[in-house]
Amino acid sequence: MQSGGFALIFALDALTGALFLLTAFGVVGTRQVLASLQLFILQSLLLAASAILLGIALDSPHLLAVAAITLATKTFLIPWLLRRTVSVEVYRTREIERVLNVPTSLLVAAVLVVVAYVVASPMVGAVALPFTRINLPLGLAAIFLGAFTVVVRREAVPQLLGLLAVENGVFFAGIAIVSLPVIAELAAAVDVPVVALVVGLLTRSIHQRLGTTAVGRLAALREP
Amino acid sequence: MLARALYNLLQVAVVIGFAPLAEGVTTRLKEIIQSRRGPSIFQPYRDLWKLLHKDEAVSDYCTWVFRVAPFVAFATPVFVTLLIPVLTRYPLEFAFMGDMLGAGFVLALGGFFTTLAAVDTGNPYGPMGASRTRMVGFLAEPVFIVVFLTISFVAGSTIPYIVQTRWITPLANFFEPSHVLLMIAFLMLILAEDGRIPVDSPSGQFELAMIDRSKGLEYSGRGAALIKWAGAMKFFVLMIVFLNVVVIPWGLAPVGTGGVQVLLAIPRVLLKIFLSILVLVYIESSLAKLRLFRITEFLGAAFIIAVVAMITRISEI
Repeated sequence: MQSGGFALIFALDALTGALFLLTAFGVVGTRQVLASLQLFILQSLLLAASAILLGIALDSPHLLAVAAITLATKTFLIPWLLRRTVSVEVYRTREIERVLNVPTSLLVAAVLVVVAYVVASPMVGAVALPFTRINLPLGLAAIFLGAFTVVVRREAVPQLLGLLAVENGVFFAGIAIVSLPVIAELAAAVDVPVVALVVGLLTRSIHQRLGTTAVGRLAALREP
Repeated sequence: MLARALYNLLQVAVVIGFAPLAEGVTTRLKEIIQSRRGPSIFQPYRDLWKLLHKDEAVSDYCTWVFRVAPFVAFATPVFVTLLIPVLTRYPLEFAFMGDMLGAGFVLALGGFFTTLAAVDTGNPYGPMGASRTRMVGFLAEPVFIVVFLTISFVAGSTIPYIVQTRWITPLANFFEPSHVLLMIAFLMLILAEDGRIPVDSPSGQFELAMIDRSKGLEYSGRGAALIKWAGAMKFFVLMIVFLNVVVIPWGLAPVGTGGVQVLLAIPRVLLKIFLSILVLVYIESSLAKLRLFRITEFLGAAFIIAVVAMITRISEI
């Protein structure tokens, strides 16, 4: 591929990466359950876009398969499962309970991104592929932000979305480092929806028993 | 030399002349979206004409600050216009008098004087709005600093004329993540700085909820006209900076041309502004005004976006 086209794909992949990171911030920061689900869908779309761009640039059909699987599971199957299992009332919640307030958690998240860049910088030098410079630090940052979401949220569905964001981050970093065999991606494609289904069903029964999904409070429950 | 100075003055004339029109178009479009007819797009000119021919009433308890403030507020966007690219891709006569930070300081000076004037009167709503504007200003300041720092770091210069060409040479630069994120952050800043909806409602008539507009409540006649005109010009200048410096310098007179090209650039720039007003009207019509203490979150999000732009830039993505 000639260098001009490659430069454009490189810039587009960097743009996808930056928007990917922004959606991770959004999952940390939004107040509404439905909005964080939509942000997760957007994040998965960006992951697929990055995989397609890398597939074109590196001439690798594997990555295109990764993109197709990501689109099928994360933008259709998982949102559909979560919508089916968890009741509508949960998605109507406008104020998600959280441990830290929004500005504080966003600032902590920004620090986490810096940490991700610092941690990733020695690894970037070790891998010769050009796209690692973009995807590795941003994927790592998305992993940190997803984990932080799990910590900072007290509701079941946003916590699950944090976990799924971690998964997205792993793939975002992974597609640029090694050429994953499609079987690994297929395994993940079966695994992750099952996790989403189980957590969704669990959330449903918690919601039916307690009338809330604020799992952060469950630590205080006692035997009667 | 003389031509460049003339073009520079032409820029000022364009900003002074067309700023009320931009305001009129915005109002009209918003009314159309709300299924109303709305006033003519030339209504701001008629308002200015009417106000300029009315007597001015000034409270006995006011000091000179109250009388001077409208003139300062009117003069500051005019000075900023000398520094920024409105019609041309090449630097004009006064372009090197100050950089983007200088332009920011000059704009802030106008805001400072209108705030002082609002506190100067006995009207209780003035100081309330003034303190709220300061709150929004304090929150917007770090975002401004980070945005301008990143822009000048990317372009290697703080002169807006040099910055603008950086985004399209080569074209791949336009898609740089830092550039796109800076555009988003700067748009959010304009919404906050100009008191538009999610932060403030520009057409609201309820004094208790006002942020920006309550500062001009005490003015009448000529003072009111100047304050109104200054507000329209500030919005126009911010849009010009956003479109020509931050987004893309297309439609401006290219390097080495003058005369006709500069004149042709006027309708093209007006078209760009019209398109961006469409976007703004869409944003304003689809969002609700935020509660006062949610503004922190709005500008916090803008700050995070700007910081992410800086991080991606510094780590050389």
